[in-house]
Amino acid sequence: MNGFVSRQIDNAYSWVNERAPGATAWWNRHAGQYYAPKNFNFWYYFGSLAMLVFVNQILTGIWLTMNYKPTAAEAFDSVEYIMRDVEWGWLIRYMHSTGASMFFVVVYLHMFRGLIYGSYKKPRELIWTLGVVIFLVLMAEAFLGYVLPWGQMSYWGAQVITSLFGAIPVIGDPLVEFIRGDYLISDATLNRFFALHVIALPFVLAGLIYMHLMALHEVGSNNPDGVEIKKVKGPDGNPKDGIRFHPYYTVKDLFGASFFIMIAAFIIFFGPTMGGWFLEHDNFTAANPLVTPAHIKPVWYFTPYYAMLRAVPDKLLGVIIMGAATLIFFALPWLDRSEVKSIRYRGPITKVMITLFVLAFLVLGWLGTRSGAEAWEKPLAFWLTVYYFAFFFTMPIWSKIDKTKKVPDRVTYEH
Amino acid sequence: MAEQGVDKGRRRFLTVSTAIVGGVGGVFAAVPFVKSWTPSAKAQMAGAPVLADISKLEMNQRLTTQWRGKPIWIIKRPQEALDALKSLNDRLRDPDSANLEQQPAYAQNAYRSIRPEILVLEGVCTHLGCAPMHYPQMVPQGFDAEWKGGFYCPCHQSRFDSAGRVYQGVPAPTNLRVPPYHFLSDDLIEIGVNPPEQGAAA
Amino acid sequence: MKKFLISLILALCSSVVMAAGGGETLEQSGADLNDKASLQRGAKLFVNYCMGCHSLKYMRYSRVASDLDLSEEEVQRWLNFTGAKFGEPMLAAMKPEDATKWVGALAPDLSLTARVKLGGPDWIYTYLKSFYVDPARPLGWNNKLFPNASMPNPLWELQGIQVAEMGKDANGQPIVTHLQMSSPGTLSAEEYDRVARDLSNFLEYAAEPAALKRQAIGAYVVLFLAFLTFMAWMLKTEYWRDVH
Repeated sequence: MNGFVSRQIDNAYSWVNERAPGATAWWNRHAGQYYAPKNFNFWYYFGSLAMLVFVNQILTGIWLTMNYKPTAAEAFDSVEYIMRDVEWGWLIRYMHSTGASMFFVVVYLHMFRGLIYGSYKKPRELIWTLGVVIFLVLMAEAFLGYVLPWGQMSYWGAQVITSLFGAIPVIGDPLVEFIRGDYLISDATLNRFFALHVIALPFVLAGLIYMHLMALHEVGSNNPDGVEIKKVKGPDGNPKDGIRFHPYYTVKDLFGASFFIMIAAFIIFFGPTMGGWFLEHDNFTAANPLVTPAHIKPVWYFTPYYAMLRAVPDKLLGVIIMGAATLIFFALPWLDRSEVKSIRYRGPITKVMITLFVLAFLVLGWLGTRSGAEAWEKPLAFWLTVYYFAFFFTMPIWSKIDKTKKVPDRVTYEH
Repeated sequence: MAEQGVDKGRRRFLTVSTAIVGGVGGVFAAVPFVKSWTPSAKAQMAGAPVLADISKLEMNQRLTTQWRGKPIWIIKRPQEALDALKSLNDRLRDPDSANLEQQPAYAQNAYRSIRPEILVLEGVCTHLGCAPMHYPQMVPQGFDAEWKGGFYCPCHQSRFDSAGRVYQGVPAPTNLRVPPYHFLSDDLIEIGVNPPEQGAAA
Repeated sequence: MKKFLISLILALCSSVVMAAGGGETLEQSGADLNDKASLQRGAKLFVNYCMGCHSLKYMRYSRVASDLDLSEEEVQRWLNFTGAKFGEPMLAAMKPEDATKWVGALAPDLSLTARVKLGGPDWIYTYLKSFYVDPARPLGWNNKLFPNASMPNPLWELQGIQVAEMGKDANGQPIVTHLQMSSPGTLSAEEYDRVARDLSNFLEYAAEPAALKRQAIGAYVVLFLAFLTFMAWMLKTEYWRDVH
């Protein structure tokens, strides 16, 4: 009986395989015969986790659209309808809202990994560039989604963010009106944001993620040692320090995914608002165009950039700084002049610069959550912003003069 | 890559058992997504029982109300229509209302009703869901020369007698459906709730 | 590398802790969603003392019944005074136009108050205990937690009447330093605390009815995922014998 069943499955499998164009080749290229370095550490979970969260967002997002109403009159009520009247609607909504924050947790850690191990350096510039595009689109997607519940923070967040475009000389004001489709944030704005959030940008993201992965599999993964595993091949022609992605990294990522889902489930079931960090208190009040909440701040994942915006006393300059702070990641592969990829074999200057950069980013993020009323906040934000940019602009110098250690020929294990 | 020391049995056991546990998790995870399609609290509220006052209902008149989005007909039938029902039996597909799906047990009788003269029906053709027309008069019709009163569906020419029983040779497969209902008083019908002795709502 | 990580984590934690501080100090309500009796009392208090003006427009009577272990008859007799159907939301008896006429402002819907206010039930608890007599206000009442609130103390017969002791803040502006009971109500201080707690508890429930189910099944979900994680770890370790 058992043999019969497995034989039937095998038959069906090969029936499809013989007819599906390139299925086996595709599988081998990207999993079965894709050789990844065997020394991946903790930081290498976040790529697959980002993918997992993306799937979660698509799935729960589709289900949310089944009951959400993208109109100014009904949006807020329809979210509460999902939270209360739709069977399990609350869980689907919390999976989506928690997923949004977890997406940024994972993506920031994924970017940090790239930063410390030099994953953006030749020959992986395109992977990094595509990744930065994904990051930018993801921020747009998150912002649009944040408007949809049509609470006070949704409304006034949209008000502030769209107003940023008004800083552009000459075309600013008409552009803001064009984006809003009205003289203020209104039903028309909500409706188009909905269309972009649920259809346009998810398509773009899916395409970019595919390109990001294809670009990765073209040149192969970097690793914590920054060693090119393709340089040392065994008699079978495969990298000696490489292992097949399947089964080794599929089972490893399965473990990572499972652990991550457990953490996410803990948040979803025991603290879905994260004390106001994932779902903000003020956003449980319906949008009111006449009353601004006392304390407007973006969700935590935008606060570093928001702090930079506020640190600059000029509207246009603030917007430029904020935009430049995200766009400057594009230049990273060409700013880094070090011979060595991984932080493991780089000198003290690099380690200090990166540590300070991460600290500056975190403190800016913290400042962005504050009201900005205290006298010391603005200068602190200003100097941290200066450091943020100095980190990049002086990188060609310090990355070049910093001492490096000898990079081994083969990968190592850090135990 | 030392393949020699591999315990194939252990590996296979772990693969299968992890797949099973993961599969169970997947099924559990699917439950909320599937269940979210069931009628929400709002829909259930809209589907709550409705009341109909029949004190002003005249002979052969049809009162239409709505329950769960479906038209509900309440019709007062004259004695001659009730008398004619039996004579139609051999022209019908299910004269004895044997199909239990189509009416509650307390309406499974010759008149398909609790009180013989008061008929309560869902006005939905059992063929494809059109609303049949009411032809109460016992006069020959273009679609039936020996018409004894009843319902005629204009969509695909299905015919039903004045108890909602389907004729033979028409596309509708079953009798018109009788909803759960009961009399709160002589003149007040509650639709959507069985009589108290019959248990809770459908 | 290790030190690098630790310093990062420390920085992150300290920023979270620092961001969490600030604001008016709230009294601990001790609200507990698992205390069904408290939720039932809170529901009763709410319909008797609050629902004259305040609605819970997202909260259906039927949902209250199923969540608080009450029958349809009990809810319709003890909680529903407006003649609403069992499945309908808990709307206030007062019409919006009357509210504007009598109190000067539309009484806000309280469905989500416990989620909007920082501190949630503790805020409501403190608010309910912070009313005092203030002749300068149109209705003769003011609130220490929420200065110039437009509503009178709906529970004054139970709590009694408090008066404020005034002081000056750092800038010399008058502020309420302390509330003093001037004429006691029908309840003792402890009994009134319970009333405030039950109401806070009920409003916390009303703000997120799903919280009951969420917390009830959460532990099972996390435990199951812990087991799955363990299985996946065993599987991973087994395969990775080849590599190490």
